[in-house]
This record gives sequence, C-alpha cells and structure tokens, in this order.
Amino acid sequence: MNLLAVERIKLFSTRSPWWCALITLALTIGFAAIIAGATPADAQLTLPATQFGGSQFGIAVVMVLAALAVTTEYRFNTIRTTFQAVPHRSPALVAKAIVVALVALVIGEIAAFGALGLGMLMRPNDDLGLHTAQDWMNVAGLGPVFALSAVLAVALGILIRHSAGAIALLLIYYLAVEELVQLIPKVGAHIHEWLPFNVANKFLRGSAVVDGPPPSDSPLSPGWALAYFAGIAIVFLLVALGVAKKRDA
Amino acid sequence: MIEATGLTKRYGKTLAVNNLSFSVAAGQVTGFLGPNGAGKSTTMRMILGLDNPTGGQVTIGGKKYHQLKEPLRTVGALLDAKWVHPNRSARAHLQWMAKSNRIPVSRVDEVLDTVGLTNVAGKRAGGFSLGMSQRLGIAAALLGDPEVLLFDEPVNGLDPEGILWIRKFMHRLAEEGRTVFVSSHLLSEMALTASNLVVIGRGELISQSSTEDFVSRAAENTVKVRSPQLAELRDALQRASAGVVEEANALVVSGMDSDKIGEIAASNRIVLHELSPQTGSLEQAFMQITGDSVEYHTGLDAEAQHVLESAK
Repeated sequence: MNLLAVERIKLFSTRSPWWCALITLALTIGFAAIIAGATPADAQLTLPATQFGGSQFGIAVVMVLAALAVTTEYRFNTIRTTFQAVPHRSPALVAKAIVVALVALVIGEIAAFGALGLGMLMRPNDDLGLHTAQDWMNVAGLGPVFALSAVLAVALGILIRHSAGAIALLLIYYLAVEELVQLIPKVGAHIHEWLPFNVANKFLRGSAVVDGPPPSDSPLSPGWALAYFAGIAIVFLLVALGVAKKRDA
Repeated sequence: MIEATGLTKRYGKTLAVNNLSFSVAAGQVTGFLGPNGAGKSTTMRMILGLDNPTGGQVTIGGKKYHQLKEPLRTVGALLDAKWVHPNRSARAHLQWMAKSNRIPVSRVDEVLDTVGLTNVAGKRAGGFSLGMSQRLGIAAALLGDPEVLLFDEPVNGLDPEGILWIRKFMHRLAEEGRTVFVSSHLLSEMALTASNLVVIGRGELISQSSTEDFVSRAAENTVKVRSPQLAELRDALQRASAGVVEEANALVVSGMDSDKIGEIAASNRIVLHELSPQTGSLEQAFMQITGDSVEYHTGLDAEAQHVLESAK
C-alpha cells in the first residue's frame, strides 16, 4: 500500500499526467460530439458511434501517459532514487503499473460515460440506452481496456527507457502495424486475428456491424478477448520486471 | 561499517572497478579519493545496489544493500544532485521518498529547514541552481536520519560559499557520530574534511590509511635519480637507509637530499644521468601517486591548475 502511495505522489506531482488525462477526455468526448453533430436528423446515432473517439484515439494518449510515467524516471534518473529507497525493484515497478492502470481506468470510465452522456444530450430522441451486455462492455469496458493498455505501455517504457523511443514504438504499432499486418499474403489475416489491440476491440465492440471502423475479426468471445489482452499486458510486464531486475539502474 | 571485498565491475571490455577491497570505519569521515574516471561513482552505485558487481561484494553493517529494511533509514546518499524530476517541487520530491520508507511527513520540513530550502520548498526543482540542488540532495540523504551517509563529489562545481557550507556540514555530521563516506578528486578538499582516506586509481586500491599518513607520505620531498647502474645505486642507497622506489628507468629516493645521494654515487663510482629534487604540492604529489592510474590524461594540466586555484 505504501508503494502505491509513493507512485501516486510521484505521478500527480508532475504535470504531464494531467495534460494527458485532459487530452484523452477531450478527444473521446469531443469525437462523440462531432459524430453526434454530423449525424443527419433523420438517421440514428448509435451507441458504438459515441465510443469511437475513446477506443480509437483516447487509448493512444493514455499509453503516452503510461509510458511517460516510467521513461521520465529514467530520463531524470529518479528511477535510481526509487531503487535506492526500494531496493526490491519488482514491487516498486508493479506499484507503478498498478497506479498508472488505476488512473487509466478512471480516465476511461469518465471518457466513455462522458461521451455517451454528451451523445444523449445532443440526440435526445435517439436510442442510446445500455440494453445488452455488449452495450455495457462497449461503454464501461473502455476503462479496463485503458488500464491494460497502460500496463502494456509501462512495460514497454521499462524495457526501452527512452520517452521518444517508447512512444514512437507504441504509436506506430497501435496506429499502423496491426492494420498493415493484414497486407501480408496468406498468413496476414490470421496473424491479425491475434494482435492485442484488435482483440481488445473485440471485447469492446463484439462483432456487430455498425458504422465506422470494421468490427474485430478475432475468433475469441468478448470475455476471452479481454482475458487475452490482459494476458499479453501481464506477460510484457513480467518480461520488463525480469530485465529491470538484472540491469544496472 | 562499509566493507568491500574483491569488488569488481566490468562494462563490456572496460574494467571500471578491479578487485577493490576497503573498509569504512563507523563514526568517521572517510574520503574516497581518486582521479576522474577512477571508478568512484561506480563503487558508490554498487554500495547502493544500483549496479550489480561483476564480482565480489559490498556490505553495510554486515548486510547487502537490498537486505536493508527501509534502507533510507540506514543509508543516506547523494550521488548526483540532478537526479530530480525538474517539474516536481522540492517538497514533493522529499515527500515520496519519505513515504517509501515510512518516514513521517513532518521530517520533510525538518530537513528542508536544515539545508535552508524552506522558502523554495514549493518551487519546481528544475529551476534550482546547482548549489540549491546540492542542498536538496543533502536534504534527501538526511531524510531517514541515517547512520551512514554517502556523498559523491559533493563540492563539484560549487562556488566557494557552497564549498564552505558543505565542508562545515560534513564536520557536523561527523560530530553527530555518523559514518560519512565522501568521494572527491581533490586531495586538498579531503585533507580538510576526512580523517581516513581510501585512494583508488583505475578501479584499483592504491592505499587506505589515515589522512595524516597519506598527506605526509604524499607531501614528502623526494629525489629522482637516473643512472645506467641503477641496481648498484639502489643497493648503495638502501645501505645508507634511504627509501627507494623504483620507477621506469629511475629511482625515486625519499628521506635523503640530492647532495647526499650525489656523494654516495660518487664514492661508489656510479654514473648519474639525472639527479632532480622533486618538491611538490600536495596535489602534485597526489598526482604522482595516482599518476599511473589516471584514465584520461588529456586535460590533466587544466585540472591541476583548477585544483591549485581552488586550494588557495
């Protein structure tokens, strides 16, 4: 518990987490506003459409926040002070991952419900109720997906240590690589089915065809999709802990 | 209190610290002296468990660093004053450190007061001058009221006022009965603060002794002699009970002046090629002792100049 408090003080005593949180909220909720505003009066604004901003853009900013939480420690060498205060490195780094994940979870929930609320306000006559389990996952699920993405980003931050490198890798992978893999002949589509963010999308949006980006082609059920995404994040974190333990700080 | 045995650190092909053994006595200020690049910082990082030794080990009060429970309460360290997040306030920096070792938050204001940073406690640490950063680093080291304190080049880059402040502070810590291990590349500085000296060069131990011994040895006047009959000369000088140290193609004679050496050589019909008294300052002598073990010779003269000026 003590270590969690330490990481909380560290995270909130600098400005970048606040900025990243604000940008995430602005992107997610703002995107919902744009879509709601652009939907013709005679058409229906759908619930998944209010959530595109979060699952497509907000997640990237949350990963930047998470990666920076670690890489700035390496950049300014406060990681050494940290390991000096807490010589057992794994608990210290796990505490950081947990705190960052919790912050990402909160940001995700505020963003998702904020976006939905704004959609309801702007389109009071459209059906934006949470009727099915998938509807709930689509909105409330954004928090857990943000949290796991944050863990993944923390792990990558520990491994790479440089802000620019870690962020570039995360964003290029998230925004381009998963899509481009599909272009590989024959096997591309099969690989794509198992790539983490594609699988996370399956959890959020199921396989219902709605307007916007195509649904995930993952063969997993939404529940297993989340478990798979969590597994990948945890494996990355474990590898990062192993490396950090052996490495000179 | 601090005990290093066979400590070795290798970075790729470079041997930064080689089979280093020394001990730091409790309740005293021990200087850790060596030229730049001698491996002082690496050794300090290994003491704190930040770098893993390639071989050997170092213990504090019989325990390895990671075996210490709440280590900030046992060992306080200032390795680099710039190890602070520039956008975090001085107080927040100390707060998270205090929290991590269950040190009461009231202690944060206490140490800020001790180093005189109370007025700027809420300011971002990135805007601090080097002297202020150094004070913050010392506040962080004192946070857990530790028995052992480690400082790496604490006066480096400070103005005279800052140097004086640090020097007085070290004395105060020693008077309080704490164990202080402080590194420096300036012998003159160490002569003023430390009662014991661990001297290293190129990662190897050169000597461990009391500062008094080291200074008297370092400040000793010697005579350098070159001769084609070096072996005979050495025997003759040793019979006359002079201290003789062999160098490359020369002897460094101590405890005897050049007149007497010349007379001994003449009476033994030994040809001399050089007979030069070596009188030097403390710093020059120190460089002579560690001279072979300086890693980077470039800029040594400039550094010597700087050293001599700061010694004034």
